[in-house]
Amino acid sequence: MPQNAKLQSRHLLGLQHVPAEDIQLILQWAGHFKEVINRPIKRVPSLRDLTVANLFFENSTRTRLSFELAEKRLSADVVNFSASTSSVKKGETLNDTVSNILAMKVDLVVIRHSEAGVAHFLADRVPAHVVNAGDGTHEHPTQALLDAFTMQERIGSLEGKKVVIVGDILHSRVALSNIFGLQKLGVHVAVTGPSTLIPRAISELGVEVIDSLDDALEWADVANVLRVQHERMDRAFFPSIREYHKRYGITMDRLNRLKQVPLILHPGPINRGVELTSEVADSPYAAILNQVENGVAVRMAVLYLLASQSAPQNVV
Amino acid sequence: MAQKTLLNQRDCAVTISRLCHQINEVHVPWDRTVLVGLQPRGAKLLKALVAQLEAEFATGPVANGLLDITFHRDDFRRREEPLAASPTEMNVLIEGKRVIIIDDVLYTGRSVRAALDALGDFGRPERVELCVLIDRRFSRELPIQPDYSGRRVDALNHERVRLNWSGSTLESVLLESPEYAPKR
Repeated sequence: MPQNAKLQSRHLLGLQHVPAEDIQLILQWAGHFKEVINRPIKRVPSLRDLTVANLFFENSTRTRLSFELAEKRLSADVVNFSASTSSVKKGETLNDTVSNILAMKVDLVVIRHSEAGVAHFLADRVPAHVVNAGDGTHEHPTQALLDAFTMQERIGSLEGKKVVIVGDILHSRVALSNIFGLQKLGVHVAVTGPSTLIPRAISELGVEVIDSLDDALEWADVANVLRVQHERMDRAFFPSIREYHKRYGITMDRLNRLKQVPLILHPGPINRGVELTSEVADSPYAAILNQVENGVAVRMAVLYLLASQSAPQNVV
Repeated sequence: MAQKTLLNQRDCAVTISRLCHQINEVHVPWDRTVLVGLQPRGAKLLKALVAQLEAEFATGPVANGLLDITFHRDDFRRREEPLAASPTEMNVLIEGKRVIIIDDVLYTGRSVRAALDALGDFGRPERVELCVLIDRRFSRELPIQPDYSGRRVDALNHERVRLNWSGSTLESVLLESPEYAPKR
């Protein structure tokens, strides 16, 4: 058990370059924090001398709430920023926005942006620890970590297990982070979905492409079903929602035909009746609400481990 | 490394037995008392005390839990080594109960301070007491004293008290002194 290990990186920008031990460490600490958030008083004082800025340049409900809750449960001071109500509208550049926020002495920055690489850009320029909460179609590391944590909780060790990612792979930062993270934990990862939504180079990542959803579900221990991201589609990638649902939507009928039903995950928000029917989403096969609960614990672990790397300033 | 035996196997058995007598004297009848061991090193002492109380004092099942204080410590971000957490297993209610905190060695008192905070997350006990096997005198950094202590010891700051457990039996307690005292 790497009980005493420290994270090797100052930031959490993506899982591509995070070593497997760091992922294990975060998952292990998430277990401790899950116990904390099930206590009668769900708050510990660890980060009470720290300030966290949540910079959301792109809309988000659950990720933002989850981060905010994680920060508050660690007793950090929290400042929130959302692009729609800020000076970004007045034409301020990212660099200026960020330097202004940092002049307010922020220790950790959680950032979501519609452009890939913004978290990296920030990490090179600011003294704070940076956590990527989703950058364009690039990565969403904490989502992948909470997916892995939820899988581990439901089916045990992930070594040698099989996970299929279903749907809109092309526009999904969740898919990419899942692939990088799960492979480091020894998981066989496959993808399935309309061929227009599968990036051509995906096999270079060591990912298998399965054409039929039924074959994929039969093969897998876990199906991570992605949301169809209409907002990122600049043209028609499939003929109609109905057609999509017919070929790649998960229904009870489909699951009932399987020898063994895989665990169903979905990063939310669900398009009910598109990727999943309501019946499946609300069935015991789905761990969607577990994912939401675990999200807070995983984010607490990430923030705590990053914060533990730097000593408090201006104390002596 | 110089070693000195503080308690041999017989002393250990006698001391734990005495602690049980003292606790029982105050806490009988046992319906309102909860023993809480501090992770990681108070856990074994907790088990030993609970086993002996249940076996020899007709206490019935003794309510007990394990508490990890990592997230309540005051040296987070102030030490070289990151802190390690252990599981908390508090499947008992402490609201309105008489709680005894169990730990192996009382040194600076900071762990106990953190434990009092952590305990507050689970409710408001009627009263909290402290039971330790070894009380290192004259080394307290906070105003905290034990209610029950196995053995009082005078040890220098660079010395360490070590408990040797074999399974659930305490075999000996040693005082270890490094050859070279680190600079303070």
